[in-house]
Amino acid sequence: MMLLLFAVFAITLVGCSLMVVLHRNPVTSALFLVVAFCALAGLYLLLQAEFLAMVQVIVYAGAIMVLFLFVIMYLNLKRDVEDGLQFALRRGAGWLLGILLLGTAALFLSRGWAPGATTEASPPPIGNSAAIGRLLYSRYLFPFELTSILLLVGIVGAVVIGRGRAKPPGSEEPAP
Amino acid sequence: MSAPMAVPLSWMLALSGVVFVIGLIGVLVRRNALVIFMSIELMLNAANLAFVAFARQLDSLDGQVFVFFVMTVAAAEVAIGLAIIVNVFRLRETVYVDEINLLKG
Repeated sequence: MMLLLFAVFAITLVGCSLMVVLHRNPVTSALFLVVAFCALAGLYLLLQAEFLAMVQVIVYAGAIMVLFLFVIMYLNLKRDVEDGLQFALRRGAGWLLGILLLGTAALFLSRGWAPGATTEASPPPIGNSAAIGRLLYSRYLFPFELTSILLLVGIVGAVVIGRGRAKPPGSEEPAP
Repeated sequence: MSAPMAVPLSWMLALSGVVFVIGLIGVLVRRNALVIFMSIELMLNAANLAFVAFARQLDSLDGQVFVFFVMTVAAAEVAIGLAIIVNVFRLRETVYVDEINLLKG
Protein backbone atom coordinates (compact mmCIF):
# COMPACT_ATOMS: atom_id res chain seq x y z
CA MET A 1 0.00 0.00 0.00
CA MET A 2 2.74 2.43 0.97
CA LEU A 3 4.74 1.50 -2.08
CA LEU A 4 1.71 2.08 -4.28
CA LEU A 5 1.12 5.49 -2.72
CA PHE A 6 4.79 6.31 -3.12
CA ALA A 7 4.65 5.35 -6.79
CA VAL A 8 1.58 7.51 -7.41
CA PHE A 9 3.03 10.54 -5.65
CA ALA A 10 6.47 10.10 -7.21
CA ILE A 11 5.10 9.83 -10.74
CA THR A 12 2.87 12.85 -10.18
CA LEU A 13 5.78 14.82 -8.77
CA VAL A 14 8.21 13.99 -11.58
CA GLY A 15 5.62 14.46 -14.31
CA CYS A 16 4.43 17.81 -13.01
CA SER A 17 8.01 18.99 -12.46
CA LEU A 18 8.81 18.14 -16.06
CA MET A 19 5.73 20.03 -17.23
CA VAL A 20 6.82 23.05 -15.16
CA VAL A 21 10.13 23.10 -16.98
CA LEU A 22 8.88 22.18 -20.44
CA HIS A 23 5.63 24.10 -20.84
CA ARG A 24 5.79 27.33 -22.77
CA ASN A 25 3.03 29.12 -20.90
CA PRO A 26 4.12 30.44 -17.46
CA VAL A 27 0.59 30.23 -16.04
CA THR A 28 0.38 26.54 -16.90
CA SER A 29 3.83 26.04 -15.39
CA ALA A 30 2.67 27.63 -12.15
CA LEU A 31 -0.47 25.47 -11.99
CA PHE A 32 1.57 22.31 -12.57
CA LEU A 33 3.90 23.46 -9.80
CA VAL A 34 0.91 23.57 -7.44
CA VAL A 35 0.11 19.94 -8.26
CA ALA A 36 3.78 19.00 -7.76
CA PHE A 37 3.78 20.64 -4.32
CA CYS A 38 0.62 18.78 -3.34
CA ALA A 39 2.24 15.49 -4.40
CA LEU A 40 5.24 16.43 -2.28
CA ALA A 41 2.92 17.03 0.67
CA GLY A 42 1.63 13.49 0.15
CA LEU A 43 5.20 12.19 0.25
CA TYR A 44 5.75 14.05 3.51
CA LEU A 45 2.68 12.31 4.91
CA LEU A 46 4.16 8.97 3.87
CA LEU A 47 7.30 9.92 5.80
CA GLN A 48 5.19 10.77 8.85
CA ALA A 49 5.86 14.49 8.73
CA GLU A 50 2.25 15.62 9.10
CA PHE A 51 3.12 19.14 10.19
CA LEU A 52 5.37 19.70 7.19
CA ALA A 53 2.74 18.31 4.82
CA MET A 54 0.27 20.81 6.17
CA VAL A 55 2.74 23.68 5.97
CA GLN A 56 3.72 22.61 2.47
CA VAL A 57 0.13 22.91 1.24
CA ILE A 58 -0.56 26.15 3.10
CA VAL A 59 2.70 28.00 2.47
CA TYR A 60 3.85 26.65 -0.89
CA ALA A 61 0.70 25.59 -2.74
CA GLY A 62 -1.23 28.40 -1.11
CA ALA A 63 0.77 31.52 -0.44
CA ILE A 64 3.83 31.30 -2.67
CA MET A 65 1.99 30.06 -5.75
CA VAL A 66 -0.72 32.72 -5.39
CA LEU A 67 2.11 35.27 -5.34
CA PHE A 68 3.54 33.71 -8.51
CA LEU A 69 0.19 33.74 -10.29
CA PHE A 70 -0.47 37.34 -9.28
CA VAL A 71 2.86 38.45 -10.70
CA ILE A 72 2.41 36.44 -13.91
CA MET A 73 -1.00 37.93 -14.51
CA TYR A 74 0.17 41.40 -13.49
CA LEU A 75 2.96 41.23 -16.05
CA ASN A 76 0.55 39.87 -18.69
CA LEU A 77 3.12 37.58 -20.29
CA LYS A 78 2.69 35.97 -23.64
CA ARG A 79 3.86 32.49 -24.41
CA ASP A 80 7.62 32.24 -24.48
CA VAL A 81 9.30 32.39 -27.87
CA GLU A 82 12.47 30.38 -27.80
CA ASP A 83 13.66 29.71 -31.33
CA GLY A 84 16.91 30.06 -33.15
CA LEU A 85 20.31 28.44 -33.02
CA GLN A 86 21.41 30.10 -29.79
CA PHE A 87 18.47 28.77 -27.85
CA ALA A 88 18.83 25.34 -29.38
CA LEU A 89 22.49 25.29 -28.31
CA ARG A 90 21.63 26.49 -24.82
CA ARG A 91 18.86 23.93 -24.52
CA GLY A 92 21.18 21.16 -25.65
CA ALA A 93 23.86 22.21 -23.17
CA GLY A 94 21.33 22.41 -20.34
CA TRP A 95 19.90 18.97 -20.97
CA LEU A 96 23.38 17.51 -21.37
CA LEU A 97 24.54 18.93 -18.04
CA GLY A 98 21.39 17.77 -16.31
CA ILE A 99 21.67 14.25 -17.66
CA LEU A 100 25.34 14.18 -16.66
CA LEU A 101 24.44 15.14 -13.11
CA LEU A 102 21.67 12.56 -13.03
CA GLY A 103 24.14 9.93 -14.25
CA THR A 104 26.54 10.83 -11.46
CA ALA A 105 23.74 10.54 -8.91
CA ALA A 106 22.71 7.17 -10.32
CA LEU A 107 26.31 5.98 -10.11
CA PHE A 108 26.49 6.95 -6.44
CA LEU A 109 23.13 5.36 -5.73
CA SER A 110 24.19 2.11 -7.43
CA ARG A 111 26.99 1.77 -4.91
CA GLY A 112 24.30 1.02 -2.36
CA TRP A 113 25.28 3.61 0.20
CA ALA A 114 21.75 4.05 1.48
CA PRO A 115 20.53 0.52 2.15
CA GLY A 116 17.44 -0.55 3.95
CA ALA A 117 13.95 0.77 4.37
CA THR A 118 13.10 3.91 6.24
CA THR A 119 12.62 2.86 9.83
CA GLU A 120 9.28 1.34 10.67
CA ALA A 121 6.73 3.49 12.41
CA SER A 122 7.51 4.55 15.92
CA PRO A 123 5.04 7.37 16.38
CA PRO A 124 6.13 9.87 19.00
CA PRO A 125 4.02 9.89 22.15
CA ILE A 126 2.89 13.41 21.37
CA GLY A 127 1.85 14.57 17.93
CA ASN A 128 4.27 15.59 15.21
CA SER A 129 3.32 19.26 15.41
CA ALA A 130 3.72 19.40 19.17
CA ALA A 131 7.11 17.69 18.98
CA ILE A 132 8.33 20.11 16.30
CA GLY A 133 7.01 23.03 18.32
CA ARG A 134 8.90 21.90 21.39
CA LEU A 135 12.08 21.45 19.39
CA LEU A 136 11.65 24.89 17.80
CA TYR A 137 11.26 26.59 21.14
CA SER A 138 14.05 24.76 22.91
CA ARG A 139 17.06 23.68 20.86
CA TYR A 140 16.31 25.83 17.82
CA LEU A 141 15.09 28.93 19.62
CA PHE A 142 17.82 31.21 18.31
CA PRO A 143 17.46 30.20 14.64
CA PHE A 144 13.71 30.54 15.08
CA GLU A 145 14.10 34.12 16.27
CA LEU A 146 16.50 34.82 13.41
CA THR A 147 13.82 33.53 11.05
CA SER A 148 11.43 36.20 12.26
CA ILE A 149 14.04 38.87 11.56
CA LEU A 150 14.60 37.35 8.11
CA LEU A 151 10.88 37.56 7.38
CA LEU A 152 10.79 41.16 8.58
CA VAL A 153 13.68 42.03 6.27
CA GLY A 154 11.86 40.21 3.49
CA ILE A 155 8.67 42.21 4.01
CA VAL A 156 10.49 45.54 4.14
CA GLY A 157 12.67 44.63 1.16
CA ALA A 158 9.74 43.51 -0.96
CA VAL A 159 7.82 46.69 -0.21
CA VAL A 160 10.79 48.95 -0.89
CA ILE A 161 11.81 47.18 -4.09
CA GLY A 162 8.28 46.67 -5.35
CA ARG A 163 7.41 50.32 -4.91
CA GLY A 164 9.69 51.20 -7.77
CA ARG A 165 11.58 54.40 -8.36
CA ALA A 166 10.18 57.62 -7.05
CA LYS A 167 8.18 59.40 -9.69
CA PRO A 168 8.30 63.17 -10.12
CA PRO A 169 5.50 64.88 -8.18
CA GLY A 170 2.29 65.42 -10.07
CA SER A 171 2.48 62.12 -12.00
CA GLU A 172 1.65 59.91 -9.03
CA GLU A 173 -0.53 56.94 -9.77
CA PRO A 174 -3.50 56.55 -7.43
CA ALA A 175 -2.84 54.03 -4.70
CA PRO A 176 -4.19 50.59 -5.60
CA MET B 1 1.41 1.06 12.26
CA SER B 2 -0.10 -1.55 9.99
CA ALA B 3 1.88 -0.68 6.89
CA PRO B 4 3.36 -3.84 5.43
CA MET B 5 6.45 -2.24 3.95
CA ALA B 6 8.08 1.13 4.31
CA VAL B 7 9.51 2.91 1.31
CA PRO B 8 13.25 2.41 0.90
CA LEU B 9 15.32 5.45 1.74
CA SER B 10 17.26 5.19 -1.50
CA TRP B 11 14.04 5.54 -3.50
CA MET B 12 13.21 8.76 -1.72
CA LEU B 13 16.73 10.04 -2.32
CA ALA B 14 16.56 9.03 -5.98
CA LEU B 15 13.26 10.88 -6.34
CA SER B 16 14.78 13.89 -4.63
CA GLY B 17 17.75 13.77 -7.02
CA VAL B 18 15.53 13.50 -10.08
CA VAL B 19 13.41 16.47 -9.04
CA PHE B 20 16.55 18.48 -8.26
CA VAL B 21 17.96 17.74 -11.71
CA ILE B 22 14.68 18.74 -13.35
CA GLY B 23 14.83 22.05 -11.51
CA LEU B 24 18.46 22.51 -12.50
CA ILE B 25 17.65 21.87 -16.15
CA GLY B 26 14.86 24.40 -15.88
CA VAL B 27 17.25 27.04 -14.55
CA LEU B 28 19.75 26.29 -17.31
CA VAL B 29 17.34 25.98 -20.22
CA ARG B 30 14.56 28.50 -19.72
CA ARG B 31 14.94 32.22 -20.22
CA ASN B 32 11.76 33.42 -18.52
CA ALA B 33 12.78 34.73 -15.11
CA LEU B 34 9.52 33.55 -13.55
CA VAL B 35 9.98 29.99 -14.76
CA ILE B 36 13.57 30.09 -13.51
CA PHE B 37 12.21 31.07 -10.11
CA MET B 38 9.78 28.16 -10.18
CA SER B 39 12.65 25.83 -11.03
CA ILE B 40 14.58 27.15 -8.04
CA GLU B 41 11.55 26.35 -5.90
CA LEU B 42 11.63 22.82 -7.30
CA MET B 43 15.28 22.43 -6.30
CA LEU B 44 14.58 23.72 -2.79
CA ASN B 45 11.73 21.25 -2.45
CA ALA B 46 13.90 18.39 -3.64
CA ALA B 47 16.39 19.23 -0.91
CA ASN B 48 13.51 19.36 1.58
CA LEU B 49 12.40 15.90 0.54
CA ALA B 50 15.89 14.55 1.20
CA PHE B 51 15.86 16.24 4.62
CA VAL B 52 12.54 14.68 5.57
CA ALA B 53 13.58 11.25 4.30
CA PHE B 54 16.77 11.34 6.38
CA ALA B 55 14.85 12.61 9.40
CA ARG B 56 12.58 9.60 9.07
CA GLN B 57 15.50 7.24 8.65
CA LEU B 58 17.32 8.57 11.71
CA ASP B 59 14.08 8.83 13.68
CA SER B 60 14.82 12.42 14.58
CA LEU B 61 12.85 15.60 14.16
CA ASP B 62 15.80 17.90 13.52
CA GLY B 63 15.56 17.36 9.77
CA GLN B 64 11.95 18.46 9.81
CA VAL B 65 12.82 21.58 11.75
CA PHE B 66 15.42 22.35 9.12
CA VAL B 67 12.83 21.98 6.38
CA PHE B 68 10.74 24.50 8.28
CA PHE B 69 13.62 26.98 8.10
CA VAL B 70 14.19 26.28 4.42
CA MET B 71 10.53 27.03 3.74
CA THR B 72 10.85 30.36 5.55
CA VAL B 73 13.89 31.33 3.52
CA ALA B 74 12.13 30.26 0.32
CA ALA B 75 9.12 32.40 1.15
CA ALA B 76 11.26 35.48 1.80
CA GLU B 77 13.29 34.78 -1.34
CA VAL B 78 10.19 34.50 -3.52
CA ALA B 79 8.71 37.72 -2.17
CA ILE B 80 11.88 39.73 -2.81
CA GLY B 81 12.66 38.02 -6.10
CA LEU B 82 9.23 38.67 -7.51
CA ALA B 83 9.46 42.29 -6.41
CA ILE B 84 12.76 42.56 -8.30
CA ILE B 85 11.23 40.93 -11.38
CA VAL B 86 8.27 43.32 -11.31
CA ASN B 87 10.68 46.24 -11.00
CA VAL B 88 12.82 45.01 -13.88
CA PHE B 89 9.71 44.52 -15.99
CA ARG B 90 8.66 48.12 -15.33
CA LEU B 91 12.10 49.27 -16.37
CA ARG B 92 12.80 47.05 -19.39
CA GLU B 93 9.41 45.65 -20.43
CA THR B 94 10.79 42.11 -20.42
CA VAL B 95 11.33 39.19 -18.06
CA TYR B 96 13.68 37.30 -20.36
CA VAL B 97 16.98 36.99 -18.57
CA ASP B 98 19.11 37.27 -21.71
CA GLU B 99 17.59 40.65 -22.56
CA ILE B 100 18.27 42.04 -19.10
CA ASN B 101 21.81 43.41 -19.18
CA LEU B 102 21.62 46.33 -16.80
CA LEU B 103 25.13 45.78 -15.46
CA LYS B 104 26.78 45.58 -18.86
CA GLY B 105 27.57 49.29 -19.00
